[in-house]
Amino acid sequence: MSLQQRIKTLLEEHDPASTPRLDFLRAQFDAGLAWVHFPVGLGGLDAPREQQRIVDEALAAAGAPDNDPHRIGIGLGMAAPTILAHGTDEQRRRFLRPLWTGEEVWCQLFSEPGAGSDLAGLATKAVRENPGDEGSDWIVTGQKVWTSMAHEARWAILIARTDPAVPKHKGLTYFVCDMTDPGVEVRPLRQITGEAEFNEVFLTGVRIPDSLRLGPVGAGWAVAQTTLMNERVAIGGGAQPREGGVIGVVAKAWRERPELRTAAAHDTLLDLWVQAEAARLTATRLRQQLAEGQPGPEGSAAKLAFARLNQEISGFEADLLGEEGLRYDDWTTERWTTDRPTTVDFAGRGAGYRYLRAKGNSIEGGTSEILRNIIAERVLGLPPEIRVDKDVAWKDLAQ
Amino acid sequence: MSSAAVPESGTVELSAVDSSATASAAAEAVAAPSLLYSEVEDDLRASVRALLADRSPWNAVLARCETDQPYDTSVWKSLAADLGCAGLAIPEKAGGAGASWREAAVVAEEVGRAVTPVPFLTSSVIATAAVLALQESAQAAEIGDLLERLAAGRTAAVLAVPFSSAPDAAFSKALLSDAPFSNTVRADDAGRLSGAVTSVADARVADLFIVPATASAGPALFVVDADAAGVTLDAATSLDLTRPLADLTFTEATGRQLASDDAAVTALSRALSTGAAVLASEQLGIAEACLELSVSYLKTRYQFARPIGSYQALKHRAADLWASVAQARAVARYAAACVADDDPDAPVAVALAQAYCSGVAVRAAEECVQFHGGIGFTWEHPAHLYLKRAKSDSIALGTASRHRAALGRLVDLPAAT
Repeated sequence: MSLQQRIKTLLEEHDPASTPRLDFLRAQFDAGLAWVHFPVGLGGLDAPREQQRIVDEALAAAGAPDNDPHRIGIGLGMAAPTILAHGTDEQRRRFLRPLWTGEEVWCQLFSEPGAGSDLAGLATKAVRENPGDEGSDWIVTGQKVWTSMAHEARWAILIARTDPAVPKHKGLTYFVCDMTDPGVEVRPLRQITGEAEFNEVFLTGVRIPDSLRLGPVGAGWAVAQTTLMNERVAIGGGAQPREGGVIGVVAKAWRERPELRTAAAHDTLLDLWVQAEAARLTATRLRQQLAEGQPGPEGSAAKLAFARLNQEISGFEADLLGEEGLRYDDWTTERWTTDRPTTVDFAGRGAGYRYLRAKGNSIEGGTSEILRNIIAERVLGLPPEIRVDKDVAWKDLAQ
Repeated sequence: MSSAAVPESGTVELSAVDSSATASAAAEAVAAPSLLYSEVEDDLRASVRALLADRSPWNAVLARCETDQPYDTSVWKSLAADLGCAGLAIPEKAGGAGASWREAAVVAEEVGRAVTPVPFLTSSVIATAAVLALQESAQAAEIGDLLERLAAGRTAAVLAVPFSSAPDAAFSKALLSDAPFSNTVRADDAGRLSGAVTSVADARVADLFIVPATASAGPALFVVDADAAGVTLDAATSLDLTRPLADLTFTEATGRQLASDDAAVTALSRALSTGAAVLASEQLGIAEACLELSVSYLKTRYQFARPIGSYQALKHRAADLWASVAQARAVARYAAACVADDDPDAPVAVALAQAYCSGVAVRAAEECVQFHGGIGFTWEHPAHLYLKRAKSDSIALGTASRHRAALGRLVDLPAAT
């Protein structure tokens, strides 16, 4: 059956006008039209990824609901590819369908207060309830941080240390964690902007059956690479029009409010405009390379440039506004929920918010310093950092 | 600090700033010209790079710069005539290769990488663009002959303006009512030119000059043979050893008028803006060469029993430089594509390219000196050739701040009043 026929059949059997949203999404998944590049039986057709666009356009034109991908980004972008690559058949069948329909929200339990850039040094431990029993449950204890959507999530992807007596990368195991376990405590983590985009998560004797382990014991770092690689793809720059970013907000203020203009600020503004446009064209060139199947390493430059530029532009905006830059729109703690947009609303808030939120851009998803190391070592081939932790058991490292 | 891990946040979207812009973003993605290199361009680059590596290595360039003849005319002949680079942007029916400024920009990258003293930018880009703009003019026979000679690499022509002239140097009709086309050269009614032009790049190897002048009827472009009576050339001492400057004096020198009034203004403006667009690719080539020299040195130079490239104080700066070069490539390609396609966005693309690529080339050359430490400060190391070329290029055809000011007018970000 052709793709067009499958779409037609789905729409005939499940009229979007009269079918409840969730029923339609489940039927779309079962028809292999959820993510066509996934395997048959798991929401896909083993088809080329780019054909999804055809499906999405046809279904949107027919008034079909979507699965609100922004809301379930961590599940779609990180958990799903990892479960597909490393999960058992049973795990894939259990998790992928409700993940894709949005019935079950996912979060990521990776970073810890003591393990940020050095993720592999993490300390959350998982031990067998009955040591020596291969099928025994795991008991997990530790603390995770920077966890978006933890308060809404049904499931989490989790890395924990299962063997402290081997070097740090070798003693990790990857699990699916049930967020309804009584040992899971989620606390909102208030940020410098006043809002709480993410959480800290305390794990106290959380029980995880061995059937929720993803990949072999001790292979957690390798499994995590699938997750992290997919995160970097998700963060890579999307298509933007000229002045589409924060520079557009500042340019608008400049045009509408002549009283703000000074000669020195004019040159600064244009310098920032030039840098923003250079970054935009670089992202355009990157997309053209990807379309021709020749992905370049420029992607890692994109995030570095984005972080620095957002910070410079938002700092400039506050200066430009003068007295207004002294004020802040709202310090009331806001917490992200599945009912509210889960992307950062740069344009919809005040200059002070933009200035403060941009500070996170050089920290989240890999600090700018780590990105520079990656570029220097993997792109330019410069010598790696001196490693004092490579061949030492994790338990013997300076903590 | 380890480089092994990148932790999550999972919620950052680089582009999720203005959702109302999504539809136009999709249109933009379709409409944007290709910023990649074609196979033809890759082949052209390989030929030019092989030629320059073989015949114009940096130590040969340096040795020549210490004589009074920095130009290697045999390299220029091979580049211009044998490889056909002089006629890339000239249509086939006019004797050229029928390619475009995109391909010419690839040659400029390689000329920048090798800091080769050849009049490619001045003759094959700037002067050629002026002549190409006059193809429909009344002097069709003269123009046709000129294009054929330029395309064949038999003639090197140079536009008689200071190399620092910016494309917006306001050769616009509006300004003409108040200011002369060129207040330094005047033409009498017999077409004889008198006046002086300072800091003309590559004048010493020019066979002829294309001279903007003010005639009694208004602005006009003349062509003057370099060996004509009444043309004198005083070599200047140039910061850039590889692109010598000279001061020109015309004393009732006989010229042939190529264009007047609007046509002359348009041709001059086209010449300078095409030159500025292609100069960005030369700057990209300089920056790439400086980055490569630097990275190779950072890997092999040991201090304190470690390669100096293992220190974050240096490797992070190298990474930042690489990221800037990647951006300069996108910007330079966009400018080349826009002038090649006569895109309405070309004025923005050109000002953007000069505002951005100038600074990247200068920073790459300055970092190259600093990364190399003591050896980088010596005459015997090539870093200074790049630094001098990069700094001169940043002033050539308008400084970055001048181009930013032009951008302000083009994209409606007006100056303070």
